[in-house]
Amino acid sequence: MIEIRNLTKSFGDNLVWEDVTFRIEDGETTAIIGRSGCGKSVLLKHINALMTPDSGEVLIDGKNIFELDYVGQRKLRQRFGVLFQGSALFDSINTFENIAFPLRYFTDLSEHDIHDKVMAALRHVNLESAAEKGTSELSGGMRKRVGLARAIILEPQYIMYDEPTSGLDPQTADEINELIVVMAEQFDITSIVITHDMHSVLEVADKVAFLDQQKLSWYGTIDQMRQSNQKNLIDFISASEYQIKSKSSI
Amino acid sequence: MNAFKELGKYSSLLYQALRSSTEFSTYRKNLFHELVKVGYDSVPIIILVGIFTGSVMTLQSAYQLQFAFIPLSTIGAIVSESILIELAAVISGLVLAGKVGARVATELGTMRVSEQIDALESMGFNSVSFLVVPRVLAGVMMFPVLYIVASIFGIGGGLAAGYFSGTVPPADFLMGARMYFYPWNVVFGFTKSFVFGFIITSVACYKGFFAKGGAEGVGKSTTEATVLGCIYILLADFVLAALLL
Repeated sequence: MIEIRNLTKSFGDNLVWEDVTFRIEDGETTAIIGRSGCGKSVLLKHINALMTPDSGEVLIDGKNIFELDYVGQRKLRQRFGVLFQGSALFDSINTFENIAFPLRYFTDLSEHDIHDKVMAALRHVNLESAAEKGTSELSGGMRKRVGLARAIILEPQYIMYDEPTSGLDPQTADEINELIVVMAEQFDITSIVITHDMHSVLEVADKVAFLDQQKLSWYGTIDQMRQSNQKNLIDFISASEYQIKSKSSI
Repeated sequence: MNAFKELGKYSSLLYQALRSSTEFSTYRKNLFHELVKVGYDSVPIIILVGIFTGSVMTLQSAYQLQFAFIPLSTIGAIVSESILIELAAVISGLVLAGKVGARVATELGTMRVSEQIDALESMGFNSVSFLVVPRVLAGVMMFPVLYIVASIFGIGGGLAAGYFSGTVPPADFLMGARMYFYPWNVVFGFTKSFVFGFIITSVACYKGFFAKGGAEGVGKSTTEATVLGCIYILLADFVLAALLL
């Protein structure tokens, strides 16, 4: 379980958010939503200790991750898989090597075992045929899937998705949403999804944390969100629903 | 104020790199790749620079001394000593600030803006150990080797230019070179190339590692790495000359 307690972060004089508190239960998928620039990705980087807050705590299994030393934090990060917005694939190596990369450095597996694991991960994301392709030959959706295969290769306990459907066409976005659900169910992974795509939220999330006006403005389940009367949340959802309807009417 | 901030960040990165240098297993593979890229891949340009520097020096020295009643061997002494003390290290350094410094800053800058460095950190890697340490080590290990290559081809180029232009016979050139040869000059040039290797790679790593923005940010960090690398080489050249000569 991940517990975020009274987290506050600012860059110089600019407050990003303050007093953010919520809990991510094991096996759940939590979507962190909010407008562009509200600090969703910054919050994500606090959850695996890539950034440190001005104050507050992130507890994982009861331990405050900011009290861990550098080596402890690096070990902690290996319990997380991260799918970055731009996929962050290493462009000097091909698809297979990108996925094999963490295995080569963090495990003692033989070449044969690495090959089997990488191909299994590629099968999970329906991309077996792209193993030998260079990363520049991959489309946006394929890059996301390769990034996802790399994120799950060390069998993490948690997986974080940073804008997983941004820049993708609706069909490919749906495929990625399906994969997020499949990964969570098949591997019993706790997922955290950063997005402003409400369609994606409705597809994948169990709970929603809404960042607005430099604080955690709303937190609850999908059903509670649908019934909420909170104006800024309704405005945010309505804007997205309008976009969804506009897309579907075309 | 900003300069102090930058210096602090640069020093902090170097301190992290020094601490991370014990994690040999993390950067072993990258070190080998970097030794090849910094060293082996730079040999052709260094040979070219060496030959032309030595040749031009010989022709210009012969031209300037044509009416002076001094032995022709003096030209060999001037060219070889200038190359060993100054030119092989400094001109190679300036050329490599462009070739190696720009490459390193661009690589790391692109990795930074495309979140590849964040991805490394997220996987639990020590990104400084993985990216910065092998590049700086390759710089300090290979620049002295390239200095030797530049010196050999510089003196060889000077000798050949003297012979083919008919201005200095090879026997006279070599006699002058031997007569004024001091081993300390080689040690001095060697030391300079070691320092320049460190400056070029560490500044380029710093600029690339902390690049911001998209393509424009990478371009800015590459330009700064090259320009600052050249300026610091000239400053270090002066300081080393004042300290060691």
